[in-house]
Amino acid sequence: MLVKQLSVFMENRPGRLYKLTHALGKEGIDFVTLSIADTKDFGIVRFIARDNERAYEILKNEGFTVGITELIGVEVDDKPNALAEVIALIEAANINIEYLYSFVLTNHNSAKILMRVEDTDRALKILTEKGIKLLSEKIL
Amino acid sequence: MSKVKDYIYRPEIECLSRSEFENLQSERLRKTVELVYNNCKPYRAKMDACKLKPSDIRSVADLQKLPFTVKHDLREAYPFGFYSAPARDIVEVHASSGTTGKLTVVGYTQNDVDVWAEVAARSLAMAGVTKDSLVHVAYGYGLFTGGLGAHYGAQQIGASTVPASAGNTIRQLTLLRDFGATHLCCTPSYAIFLGTEIEKAGMNIEDFSLIGGAFGAEPWTYQMRDELERLLHIDALDIYGLSEISGPGVAMECMQKHGSHVQEDHFIPEIIDPDTLEPLPYGSEGELVFTTITKTGQPLIRYRTRDLCTLTAGKCACGRTTVKMSKVKGRSDDMLIIRGVNVFPSQIEAAIMNVAGVSPHYMIYVDRINNLDVIEIDIELAGNLTPDRVSDIESIKKKVETEINSYIGLSAKIKLCESGSIRRSEGKAVRVVDRRE
Repeated sequence: MLVKQLSVFMENRPGRLYKLTHALGKEGIDFVTLSIADTKDFGIVRFIARDNERAYEILKNEGFTVGITELIGVEVDDKPNALAEVIALIEAANINIEYLYSFVLTNHNSAKILMRVEDTDRALKILTEKGIKLLSEKIL
Repeated sequence: MSKVKDYIYRPEIECLSRSEFENLQSERLRKTVELVYNNCKPYRAKMDACKLKPSDIRSVADLQKLPFTVKHDLREAYPFGFYSAPARDIVEVHASSGTTGKLTVVGYTQNDVDVWAEVAARSLAMAGVTKDSLVHVAYGYGLFTGGLGAHYGAQQIGASTVPASAGNTIRQLTLLRDFGATHLCCTPSYAIFLGTEIEKAGMNIEDFSLIGGAFGAEPWTYQMRDELERLLHIDALDIYGLSEISGPGVAMECMQKHGSHVQEDHFIPEIIDPDTLEPLPYGSEGELVFTTITKTGQPLIRYRTRDLCTLTAGKCACGRTTVKMSKVKGRSDDMLIIRGVNVFPSQIEAAIMNVAGVSPHYMIYVDRINNLDVIEIDIELAGNLTPDRVSDIESIKKKVETEINSYIGLSAKIKLCESGSIRRSEGKAVRVVDRRE
């Protein structure tokens, strides 16, 4: 029940993000999500593509430092406090959330949340028990 | 698991006893001193200045009486002033670039080329090169001695020699694979580059026949060896040489991979303190000095290499008895003095290679900011890393900082770079940029 995400190391200088997005774009790879963690010197670009495996191959061949990570994905109603309720469950179990981002697909009344936590197995168990709707790659 | 079957090319020489070596060296030294005194003006002037006659040099024990020769002497005599042979007897001329100033020119007689081929052959035998081998030489061919040195050695053994020379990575890889090269000779940094390009070129190392190689012309660390051996599935050995003395083959590492055997019947090594110029005993670190005792074109007496290392005597587990030199720690003129501390790029490299998650590709920048020396090191992140958490990357950076600090006693600013972003060299790697005024 995990969602695969690609992450790419990138130096924090002009032109780098274009190189990445163009490398994928010219091969017809479509992004589903995209998020960037940035520091002074470098950034980590995290994304899910329509075809993760091809995206991975393309970036490897272009010489990017790229890896695949598995995240927990959940679907919540697109309304106030929905996110807070999910986070409360994880935090109540004393599991640290390492990062999280959300996205909304058009024509849906729900928001999707992706997160990386310290203890994936335990977090998944808790969320399932509480009846939270989990995302799989297919639902994306 | 090693596929190299090494052997001793000239056991009747390479396994002599210490006293046999000393007798042979003494006899050859006497002849050489006589030759240079009578035929090379700068040497006659140097010896006259010390009130030395050839007859004062009776054995290797007298070597210390002789004055040193430095690169500057050779440049002063540019181009052919250091010949001890008539120009018509010179059959090949090499020149080393050096990072500054004039070329250093070296003339070889046929005898000298034969000596060179002999020592290069002994060296390649240490990497298991035989008549059945195919030796791919990716050193540059030309004034630089790397290409022809490896070439002469491989030919003397009777191996098939492929003079690929440097450059054009895809062609190199194609030749290596399609010709079934068993041995590769080039600079270690270029070999690592070739190794990392195999996959990108859509090739598979399993389709190559490489088993060993001789890598030199720049100092490299044991960690770099591990990387090279892993990438190319070979035994990677260090070959040492300098054009002034002879090209590659002056010394070479045997399969014990612990020090390089100096071809002492041709070159007498000494270690001196680079400041006091006093000879140091075996085991002490200092500057390596060579005296050639069989060359006739341009013999050199106590030539200061500027390379820093140690010498050890005693029988090696491989059976050879020749003196071994440690890996070159750096050149006394490569040494950076940073905030008063002596720093060698090789120390920084060793530190970097201790950290998982970074590659052996790096660049050292030295600046002076507000009268303070500052080192910044750009290092490529390893290509096989999964760079997902910021904290993982930060901790790699932190580890590099800690390692470097423990190796050189100074802190350096570390910048992690994308893999492939640091320029690759096809010859000697340029890894230090000193921007201080």
